[in-house]
Amino acid sequence: MARATKKKGGKKSDKKRSELTEEKVEVMYDDEDLNEDDENITSEEEEEEDERKHHKLLEAISSLGAKRKKTLGERSEAAVQMSEFTVTAEGERDRVDLSDLIGSMEKTPGVTSRTKKQLKNLQKDNKTIESPLSRQETDRIQRDVAFQKAATEVTKWKGVIKQNQRAEQLIFPLNREPSGPKPIERVVTSWKAHTPLEEEIFSLLHANKQPIHDPILTPAEEASMKAMSLEEAKIRRAELQKARALQSYYEAKARRARKIKSKAYHKVHNKAKRKEFLKQFDEMVKTDPAGALEELNKIEMARMQERMSLKHQNSGKWAKSKVIMGKYDLVARKAMQQQLEVNKDLTQKIVTSLNAEEEEEEEEGGDAEVLPDFVNDAEQAVDPSNPWMRGKLSEDPTEKDMIVDLTAEEAPRAAEEEEEEEEEVKEPEEEVLLREFDERRKQRQAQEAEAQITVEEEDDDEEEEEEDKAADEEEAELSAFTSLFREKAEAAADVTDTSAQLEEGLTRIRTLEDVELLSVPQEEAAADEAPLPPPPAENPPPEPQKREAAKPKKRKRAIELKEVLTKEPKVIQVPLAPTVEDAEDADEQLDQRGLIKEAFAGDDVVADFLKDKRKQEDAGKPKVVDLTLPGWGEWGGTGLKPSRSKRRRFRTKAVPPPPRKDQRLPSVIISENKNSAVRLHQVNSLPFPFQNHSQFESTIRSPLGRTWNTERTVKKNIKPKVVTQMGAIIEPMAREELLKDKRPAAGRGGRGGQGGRGGRGVDSQRRHIRDKRAEK
Amino acid sequence: MKVKVLSRNPDDYVRETKYDIQRVPRNYDPTLHPFEVCREYTQALNSTKLDRVFAKPFLASLDGHRDGVNCMAKHTSSLSTLLSGSCDGEVKVWNLTKHECVRTLQAHEGFVRGMVVRHCGTSFFTVGDDKTIKQWKMEAPGYGEEEEPLNTILGKTVFTGLDHHQKDAVFATCGQQVDIWDEQRSSPIRSFTWGVDSFSAVRFNPVETELLASCASDRSIVLYDMRESAPLKKVIMTMRSNTLCWNPMEAYHFTCSNEDYNLYTYDMRYLDRPMTVHMDHVSAVLDVDYSPTGKEFVSASFDKTVRIFPKENGHSREVYHTKRMQHVICVKWSADNKYILSGSDEMNIRLWKANASEKLGVLAPREKQASNYSQKLKEKFQHHPQIRRIARHRHLPKNIFHESKELRIMKEARRRKERNVRKHSKPGAVPVVSEKEKHVVTVVK
Repeated sequence: MARATKKKGGKKSDKKRSELTEEKVEVMYDDEDLNEDDENITSEEEEEEDERKHHKLLEAISSLGAKRKKTLGERSEAAVQMSEFTVTAEGERDRVDLSDLIGSMEKTPGVTSRTKKQLKNLQKDNKTIESPLSRQETDRIQRDVAFQKAATEVTKWKGVIKQNQRAEQLIFPLNREPSGPKPIERVVTSWKAHTPLEEEIFSLLHANKQPIHDPILTPAEEASMKAMSLEEAKIRRAELQKARALQSYYEAKARRARKIKSKAYHKVHNKAKRKEFLKQFDEMVKTDPAGALEELNKIEMARMQERMSLKHQNSGKWAKSKVIMGKYDLVARKAMQQQLEVNKDLTQKIVTSLNAEEEEEEEEGGDAEVLPDFVNDAEQAVDPSNPWMRGKLSEDPTEKDMIVDLTAEEAPRAAEEEEEEEEEVKEPEEEVLLREFDERRKQRQAQEAEAQITVEEEDDDEEEEEEDKAADEEEAELSAFTSLFREKAEAAADVTDTSAQLEEGLTRIRTLEDVELLSVPQEEAAADEAPLPPPPAENPPPEPQKREAAKPKKRKRAIELKEVLTKEPKVIQVPLAPTVEDAEDADEQLDQRGLIKEAFAGDDVVADFLKDKRKQEDAGKPKVVDLTLPGWGEWGGTGLKPSRSKRRRFRTKAVPPPPRKDQRLPSVIISENKNSAVRLHQVNSLPFPFQNHSQFESTIRSPLGRTWNTERTVKKNIKPKVVTQMGAIIEPMAREELLKDKRPAAGRGGRGGQGGRGGRGVDSQRRHIRDKRAEK
Repeated sequence: MKVKVLSRNPDDYVRETKYDIQRVPRNYDPTLHPFEVCREYTQALNSTKLDRVFAKPFLASLDGHRDGVNCMAKHTSSLSTLLSGSCDGEVKVWNLTKHECVRTLQAHEGFVRGMVVRHCGTSFFTVGDDKTIKQWKMEAPGYGEEEEPLNTILGKTVFTGLDHHQKDAVFATCGQQVDIWDEQRSSPIRSFTWGVDSFSAVRFNPVETELLASCASDRSIVLYDMRESAPLKKVIMTMRSNTLCWNPMEAYHFTCSNEDYNLYTYDMRYLDRPMTVHMDHVSAVLDVDYSPTGKEFVSASFDKTVRIFPKENGHSREVYHTKRMQHVICVKWSADNKYILSGSDEMNIRLWKANASEKLGVLAPREKQASNYSQKLKEKFQHHPQIRRIARHRHLPKNIFHESKELRIMKEARRRKERNVRKHSKPGAVPVVSEKEKHVVTVVK
């Protein structure tokens, strides 16, 4: 069939083809000409061109004629390039037919059987080829294909876009370079040497093959890297590790040695010396037992005394406070260090065989000593007459105890002194010093037993001061301040003593007495002043004699002091007086209460409230509606009531309302009415992104501000959705974003801490939590 | 006896260095801070009010053109530079920080129809009514030199729009057909026609840089791929689209401004129905430009207003207008997401803040935190009627107000009528057509 159709249009097509060939031939001519041109163009261009034009003109003229001359090009020599168009058919009859070709195919041996088969099938197939689609349709198909391609290409962005839409925070520009200095290699790439100096430097760098770009290794280094084998590398690494470890050890040691140079270092030395001393002592035991015994006694005494002060060292409140303050206060730190050092010494010296009595005493003393620990220097200056300011003496030791106490307290004081001395004086002098201190202490005890001074609050330094004072009382050059202080302390001692005697139970009573006692000297001074009524429980102070005994010794100062003190106690008494008179005030207060009761006798608030509540409840209850009409359907008139059945029928009872919310809350009235003022501010429909009421309510309920949340939470809460950098141009999304997106997607499926997409995990988590909460 | 003394750990209140933040002890026990919702609500209300108080979006007006501003172009690498072309063929280069014109050149005879800055920022192209495409240097000519284009291409027909490829030396023009030009050649490397004789705008996709879209006068939007020989697809709408703009952050979304007062955001893969219909303008929308963050876009309208729409919202979040601003012909959103530029009929270019109540300049950290907090509060309580009322209230010129009211009434009437027709005809005979589907006539493959 196909052949038939071809034959039909055979002639026409042949004609056309011949024309075409003609044209092609001409075109070929042109080509040849051009080729000639190319060859000759170098020699005589213009002449050649003229000639060519002339030739063309001639040809054009000849072609104007009715008969077109067939001028076929003849090849004179083999052309390098063969055009498919140069093969020409000699006549119409000599056309090559497909069947001819197939015939030849069968004859040739090189053709595979498969192709032969295919060709045979082709020959058998006698179907007509479908006519080609119209141009519109092909275009449409093309467009469709192209669109599909573009659509798939564009769809790649879906992940990035979705992610950005969901992101908690986006920071623009997206492809921000990390702030801070860039590696020089990156800067240098876009930079060229301009000045001669720069050029010189660069030439040098190039000459030495120094790296300019990213891998910062010289070629030599790279070569060495490649050359080194694995084992070698391992050995080398081990060596390096060892060297590094050794170095670090040495460094640490050196550092430690440098630190030790302080007092601790001396301490170690001292310890060593002590050990030596002990050795010597051992030897002495063998050689000179009597001397050794004496020595032993001395050592024991020293240890005893030091042990007494052991309680001071590291567990008291004072010490704890110092530990805290140590960070900020140099003095405190120093004191702490000192204490620690002393402590060390003592722990080293612990001796098991000690007097049991002494220990007990120490413990008692310890109770007393707790107080001075937390009372600081600053508080010392506080008026001693104020019993609140001195954390002291709630127990009532007897006189003897007090004395023992004093001795017990004196001892550690001495010990402390000693320790302080110790740091300056070396070990062999210890015994001498101890003896001295012993003597001093004995003197002091004698004096203080008379004076009855208990000044426990003082710190070591001040104690020292005091002791000094006690030791050389005769010294005239005592400063006014110290004398004053001293006197104050005395007064305080008086008070505390009496209180210690009287104290039975409550501390307040004691304070009251204190006040009274304080007022006693004033009474003496000014008799006309109105005295407070003495409480019935009061006993006369037990040791006025002692006080009086103490007085003559320090008369001068006492008198001076009283001049000073006469004013001060007065001032302090005023604020204390009301507390003293509290018991009496109670009646008055009661009276006041009674007065108030009287004044508001008629107001029964509770009853009113209950009434109110009942009223509210009643108002809320549905009322029974009675619709009976007297006289409807039956006789009516005065005195005639509608029948019972009618009444029942027309009386409608409403359904009881749901129980009130305040039914079980006796002291509350909850109004269940709608508040129109509030309604203005309420959301009346569920907003878009929320799916249920509880979700919305929970978001509203969780506060954002820093009053309710920690700083970190607030920061997270108020993160803005879009952050832009000031003055930065935000470029459209680059193709690299797609790659960036793909990489983490393989691992995790999101962008972690990096720039804009940070915190998505947190966000989703929070959302999840919120949702869960909503579900609850 | 035990005496209790107040003693605090200095760790809790002493700073280690003076640069540390002063520690403020807080107890977050909710019972100590009651009424949190009420308090935050009040704060949100106050900040919403303050927002309106401080909403002063208008920054500057750049005057100097002697005819209406027909087109503008953002500089690709300098934030402070703006180019504008007017209806008398004049192009001006502006310095936005100084609010002054730094260069003026007579680019064309007749309108300057389109203008675009090359991606490198060293030169720009203009097309005009005189059938020419001209390439100009960005720097002004030196003293004594004449203002001459780098390159001039004479076309056969008038060019109405122009856009440059994001990275390559290729640009596209539109007129009677859409042409793709190589910068080095004087004839287009490709031209697309699809049965229409006039295009009003052509835009390259900034993300998928080989794609283009154009608006044609047969009410259609046509998509192209620069690499293909034929266009991809087109959608015909009820009315003509004036311009379109691709979302710079989302490869397949674009928004077109339409003559029917609306803007339509399309997903280019599904043209049969727009994703969102943005309504609020009361006259033809003439230009649209996306914010560089791709979250919002700004539109210019014949109704003398500029509106800002969130990309997924049907209604605008902001409307800008001044008494003297006439029909706004072109609008641009600055590349740092902070400003909006509008060029209008009455020869002025206006500079607006993108966020009306935002404080310009550097913010102290605490200021920033406070503003972030108030922003979040506003967001949290945005659905509450009082806050929404204040936040959404805008003053409009009388005519626009009445126009919009009228439009609303008309729309309601139409809806009512349709409902009635549906009620009185056979069920299914009058189908419900959603607003999105209403405006698309057909999609031609």
